[in-house]
Amino acid sequence: MAQLELHPVTKIAKDRRAAPMRWRARVLGALCAICAMLLALAAAPAAAQLTIEITGAGEKRLPVAIVPLAGEGALPASISSIVRADLERSGLFRGIEVPVMQPHPTETSNVDYAEWRARLADALVLGSVATRPDGKFEVRFRLFDVVKQTAIGGVAYTLTREQARATAHRIADYVYEKLTGEKGVFATKIAYVVKRGSVYELQIADADGANGFFVLRSNEPILSPVWSPNGSQLAYVSFEQKKPIVYVHSLRDGRRRVVANFKGSNSAPAWAPDANTLAVTLSRDGGSQLFLVNSDGSNVRRLTRTSAIDTEPRFSPDGQFIYFTSDRGGSPQVYRMPTGGGTAQRITFDGDYNVSPRLSPDGKRLAFIHRSSGRFQAALLDLDTRQMQILTDSTRDESPSFAPNGRMILFATVIGGRGVLSAVSADGRVKQRLTVAAGDVREPAWGPFIQ
Amino acid sequence: MRALWIAVFCAMLAACASTDEQTAAGVEDRKPGTEARGVEAGGPSGVGLTDAQRAALTNPSSPLSKRSIFYDFDKYDVKPEYRPLVEAHAGFLRDNSSLKILIQGNTDDRGSREYNIALGQRRSDGVKKMMILLGVREDQVESVSLGEEKPRAQGSTEDARAQNRRSDILYPGEY
Repeated sequence: MAQLELHPVTKIAKDRRAAPMRWRARVLGALCAICAMLLALAAAPAAAQLTIEITGAGEKRLPVAIVPLAGEGALPASISSIVRADLERSGLFRGIEVPVMQPHPTETSNVDYAEWRARLADALVLGSVATRPDGKFEVRFRLFDVVKQTAIGGVAYTLTREQARATAHRIADYVYEKLTGEKGVFATKIAYVVKRGSVYELQIADADGANGFFVLRSNEPILSPVWSPNGSQLAYVSFEQKKPIVYVHSLRDGRRRVVANFKGSNSAPAWAPDANTLAVTLSRDGGSQLFLVNSDGSNVRRLTRTSAIDTEPRFSPDGQFIYFTSDRGGSPQVYRMPTGGGTAQRITFDGDYNVSPRLSPDGKRLAFIHRSSGRFQAALLDLDTRQMQILTDSTRDESPSFAPNGRMILFATVIGGRGVLSAVSADGRVKQRLTVAAGDVREPAWGPFIQ
Repeated sequence: MRALWIAVFCAMLAACASTDEQTAAGVEDRKPGTEARGVEAGGPSGVGLTDAQRAALTNPSSPLSKRSIFYDFDKYDVKPEYRPLVEAHAGFLRDNSSLKILIQGNTDDRGSREYNIALGQRRSDGVKKMMILLGVREDQVESVSLGEEKPRAQGSTEDARAQNRRSDILYPGEY
């Protein structure tokens, strides 16, 4: 199975220009050990997992029966439970309770459609898990349309014990795509920042909040993580040098590099769709202005030339435009300009505070944070019809992020004084909340489809 | 004492980073012919203060012992009551022209974190500009922003927010 590979990281890769000093390295070895504790870089299980809570669902949910896969008890995670939870979390499906059946049906069984119809199932998943002589497992499943009384299709996967969850997410993605016609996002990852006391962790978890681990831990703030287009790198802002500096962190080998560390502040990274270029906000020439920089930190060129604040750049999916926040008109609003430079065009007009623009994957809608009557709320703007919709009833929403299929928007908010992540469907109906015990969660970024 | 510990910590960080650079050498080859890869040697240097300088900066009866400039909501102009403070530090920097300082702009917790970085930058840039008009060399001052990320006062009360809308002037060894 192709899986996003995340290897442990044990050291800070080069990100300064200081000359190598052998003697210094030896003398300060012990200090560095302490140092490593203070600013640790490692991939390790998070102390606390995200907990997900579904707080709303779509009106019409397709009833689907996910029968426990024969032999799935041999795996550390229940495939059928995860598939069902994934599908239900989307708000588009309702799992049907399945009684104990004798004999237990598998993907090779003859399906008694009348019986499943009587249980009010529209779709049915049957499958089995077999243990192979080499210790690996084979998972097979088949999806059936109960109404049309036909098999839709199925897949077989070979996997290790550790891949049980990931395999379940892939099965859920398959079912979701066959039944809705659009790609599922259950096998994708999310990145976010957890703050516990004075410790900040940049974490990655499955889209359902499970399997969280940290890629960077620091005693100074971390913010604005963004995934590279293929999901192999994260760009983010770290304050570890007592000011905002932009880094790119490889998730394959844990190495990271400075992309922008100029005099003043360096922040708000955004990847171009081709992954070779980032847009950033720099104050090196005075004020906060947009710049483009190659992903290796070379070839810095200035994009905006205003006396206003220009920040929070995002590329349109086709790479033609950069959307950004600017107060050039007197209040912070979303604008867009051609990536090659040129005249900026104002995009948001409703209210006096519209920030943090994020384009939907199809480029047709814009998610952003809208302030009205002192409330900061996630909002969605249809770029063709200019219709704006407030998506939440909360008061302190931040940092929206589209799921790669465009159906859900993940964002940070504050509930009961604590930072949590919330997800809302683009129609505002389905809502989920992700919390972490004894900590604030913030700065979410939904990763791309797994290649 | 606290400043000393911060200095020790910074030194450890610096030592650590340079050590790891050595072990990682050759991994990230610098491409010849391209502009420097976004890395510039720090901001103001960490050259320490002399005892006399430290004494001048900490004398409680001197305006130099005051380091914070506070702002009204959504404002970044230095209010008249803080002008003597900025003028005192500008004078000190003119008299001690090898000294470099860092000005950190901060905001309260409302709104976008990234936009708040830009707002905090506007505050620290404002103090820097004023100092340059008062004769301080541009390379003696680096203005940065911490946005809403490093609040001095916790909580979302109006009093806490007022304390967090702030620029701080930091001398070597203090950051």
